[in-house]
Parts: sequence; C-alpha cells; structure tokens
Amino acid sequence: MTATSAPEAQARPKRRPGDIVFGGLSTASAFSILLILAGVAIFLISEAVPVFGADPAEITGGEGFLSYVWPLVFGTLVASLVAMAVATPVAVGIALFVSHYAPTRVGTAVGFVIDLLAAVPSVVFGMWGFQVFAPKLVPLFIWLQEHLGFLPFFESASRTGRTLFTASLVLAVMILPIITAVSREVFLQTPTLHEEAALALGATKWEMIRTAVLPFGKPGVIGGTMLGLGRALGETMAVAIILSPGVFTWNLIDSGNTTVPAEIALNFPEAAGLRLSELIAAGLVLFGITLAVNLGARAIVNRRAEFSGAN
Amino acid sequence: MSKRIDVKNLDIFYGAFHAVKSVSMTIEPRSVTAFIGPSGCGKSTVLRTLNRMHEVIPGAYVTGEVLMDEKNLYAKDTDPVDVRRQVGMVFQRPNPFPTMSIRENVLAGVRLNSSKLSKSASDELVEQSLQGANLWSEVKDRLDRPGSGLSGGQQQRLCIARAIAVQPEVILMDEPCSALDPISTLAIEDLINELKSEYTVVIVTHNMQQAARVSDRTGFFNLEATGMPGELVEMDETAKIFSNPSKPATEDYISGRFG
Repeated sequence: MTATSAPEAQARPKRRPGDIVFGGLSTASAFSILLILAGVAIFLISEAVPVFGADPAEITGGEGFLSYVWPLVFGTLVASLVAMAVATPVAVGIALFVSHYAPTRVGTAVGFVIDLLAAVPSVVFGMWGFQVFAPKLVPLFIWLQEHLGFLPFFESASRTGRTLFTASLVLAVMILPIITAVSREVFLQTPTLHEEAALALGATKWEMIRTAVLPFGKPGVIGGTMLGLGRALGETMAVAIILSPGVFTWNLIDSGNTTVPAEIALNFPEAAGLRLSELIAAGLVLFGITLAVNLGARAIVNRRAEFSGAN
Repeated sequence: MSKRIDVKNLDIFYGAFHAVKSVSMTIEPRSVTAFIGPSGCGKSTVLRTLNRMHEVIPGAYVTGEVLMDEKNLYAKDTDPVDVRRQVGMVFQRPNPFPTMSIRENVLAGVRLNSSKLSKSASDELVEQSLQGANLWSEVKDRLDRPGSGLSGGQQQRLCIARAIAVQPEVILMDEPCSALDPISTLAIEDLINELKSEYTVVIVTHNMQQAARVSDRTGFFNLEATGMPGELVEMDETAKIFSNPSKPATEDYISGRFG
C-alpha cells in the first residue's frame, strides 16, 4: 500500500489528439441531425401559424383548415397503405427467393435487378405510370366496377386509369426495392444454427423458413416496410403526374382525391400569402404523420425485444 | 423406441472432396455409441449422415447404405424430412429458437409433425419432455419466458427436450458439451445415461474422458494426412478401446501421443 495516490493518476487516461478530433467530429455530426430536424420543424410551424389564426372562410374550400387538409391526409394514407399492402408480401417473397431458394448466382442477379429498380428516378416511374401502366389498368377497373361495384371503393371506373389506385400500385413498385433489400439482408443473417435446428426436427424447407427465418427476420421486415411507407407517404412526383386530382371520394378507381405532397407540388409555385401558409401547414401535418409512423414502427420492433434473438 | 443402425461401405463426398472413406459399423439400440478422433477426421460428418443433415451443404452426397432396422435411409423413395423426424439431433452450441418461449421450443417439432394438439395434451408433453431432459424443476414456473434467457447448460437440455418431444428412434449429439462448463457437462452426461434406456444415442466428442464415462461402444476415426479422407480405424466396447485397443493408431491417440 505504498502508492495511495495511484488511483487519481489512473483516473485520467492519456488524451490522444486523434481521439479528441474524431470524438468531437462524431458528436458534432450527431447533434447536427437534431439541429436540422429542429430547424425544419421551426420553419414549418412558424410559416403555418397564420393559417390557424385565419378566418375559416378565407381558407381554400371556405370551411377552415381541418376540412381542407383531411381529404389530402386521407388520400396520402390510402395510397401509402395500399402500396405497402401490395409491396410487402411481394418483397418478402423476393427476399426469401434470393436468400433461401435461388442458387447463389441467380439470387445475386435477381438482387442486382431489384437494386436497379431502386435507381429509377421517381419522375420516370411517374411518366411510365401515366403513359403505359394507367391505360393498361382500365380493363381491371371496369371489371372491378362490374363485379364489386356495390363497394364504395369501386363505384365507377375511370377511362384514363389516372386514379388513386393506379398511383398506389406505382408507389408499390417504387417501395419494393427498399423492403426487399432490408428483408433480404435480415433473412441472410438467420443463424445457420437455428435453420439446422428446425431441419433436424424434420421441418420441410417452408417449415424451416416459418420456424427459423421469418421470426428472426420479422423486426427487419417491419423496419423495411416502415422505410417503404415513409417513402410512399412523401412521394411527390409520381403521384403528381399519374393522379388526376379532385375532391374527396371513397372511390379509388376513378379520378378524384389527391395526396399532401402532390397538392403541395402542384400548387406551391403560384401560392402566396395565406395559400402558401396552407400548403406549409399541410406539410407540417405530413411531417407529423411520418414521425408517428416511425415511432410506431420502433414500438412494434421493440415490443418483443427479449424474443428477438439479439441476446 | 430405439432402432439399430447398420452402416455399410459409406463414402461421403462434398463435391469433388472425398471426406470420409468406406465406413462400416453397427450401432446397437438402447446404448450409447461415442465417436472420437482428431479434428477433421470426419466423425461429425458421419454423424450428420445418420439423419441426412449433411445434405444441407450444397454438393454433399454419399455412396453406400445406412440401414435403420433394415430400412435404407438413402433409398430413392426415402424423404430426408421423414428421416429427421425419426432421428433427432442436438448440436454443438445450444440453439433454442430465440423467438419462442420455453414451452413453444419444446413443442416446435410436434407442431411440425401434427398441427393440432389439445391444450392438455401439449401441457402434458411439455412436462414429460422437460422431465425427460432433467429441466422441468428449473423452468416449470417460467415456461412462457424466452428459451434464450436460460443458461447455456439449461439451453442445451431444452434442446434435448425439444428433440425427445417428437419421440425419435435415435438421438444424435454433436459435441453437446463443448460450449458448456463442467457442472452443466455433468448434468448432460447424467442425462445421456438416462436417455439410453429408451433411445439409441450416438455422440461425437472431443473429450476422451467423456467418451469413456458415457458410452458403451466407441468408434475411433482418423485421417492419414490433411486432405485425405477420414476413416473409421476401429470400433469396439468402450472399455476395450481405452484399455487394450487393437490398432496402434488408437493406442497412440488415447494415450495422448497425438491429437
């Protein structure tokens, strides 16, 4: 017990310049994201404020901001949710094919093509949807109207195909790559040990996937789906080109409805004064929805964290 | 619920690589057979051919026969899935399904085989299997907790419970204690001793004392040089292998002169 002062000397590790610089840089990067987010939120809120104080009669539609914005929110949510519902099963199927069914070479090639799909700009998807895809969907819409016309969603069929449903399907194609890529990565990471455990119990390939691969990959698939949903919610160009916008309707296969981003993009250039504030306030609502979606996704992923296999 | 296995002239290949050369042996029912030998000698590979798990690796194939009570596991009309339902396996590292509770883990194999099982029947099966794996008293109050929350030794016994829940004919164990501490190892060895009253048990081990403690018969595998196929040098009563083996290579290995 001669060196009683040693603990104090040990308590201060040597400060190396490299550590200080790198530590400072990464801390600064982490804080900058908060600053940017706060900046965007402050901009949206301050610019949107006039709308909430304005006379309801002065707002577009003449009945106040809420009745102006809710059809837009409805259109956005419906288009995104339909896109997600269509894209997720297909994406999980592709990811399973690439990771577990296809021979390595074929799997790599398919994965590459899917990544290429992610590289197509949204404006190209918009033009393709407008020129090619929308007219091709018209017979389907007519069929839906004839056979399921008693449902409010399929009351009357568009003859141009420029509908919210068309926009949803194009959005589904657009979010397919991200969901596929994330799902493929988590499926590939399934521990061989767990796959072999299932096979050794006498599982067929599909049963092995159900017992070992899908439960292990579930948080990742949910994460990928939410990334896709985030993209679909904010997608502007494709929807703006494809959709023939209009007032709110339950009918998804005729013109009508619009989404928040499309509404903003189509009206922003000529907007001024209160109209501009309206559009920015609509943007604020979209911002809130996206935030809620991401928090919700987190909650779902964390809910059964102790069963996740990460421990 | 235990069957005799006859291996006849079994050669195992991974693509062009000849992994194991002409193995012939008999594995007696209701006994413990241990495979020992240096790393890379093919003992785990031979074990995995007994439930066709080696086929998981692309390009793997065998020539020869593995007869389980006269039925060839490699006959053209034999489905590997059926083989694995009769031949259970316990792996080197404990591998309970992480997304399942203890109870679901035990039932995992049964759920594959027959989808519908009444609540009371499954409760009974869970208790019976966990009792059989000497784990019941430790987990009976937390059957709905994740299996991955148990200690390594408990997880391995959970895996054994999962394997015996489907009532297999044979249980294969691939170095089941290599990731466990001595106390957990002792618990597994005791369990192996109990299992042999009902099942045919085959165990691969790196630990010669373990082979001597738990097995009735021991097979010694060796390979002449790296890159050469492994082969079964000799197989006999465990007592004879460890006291008076007939081949000098076995003598060298068990006395610690190599390996």
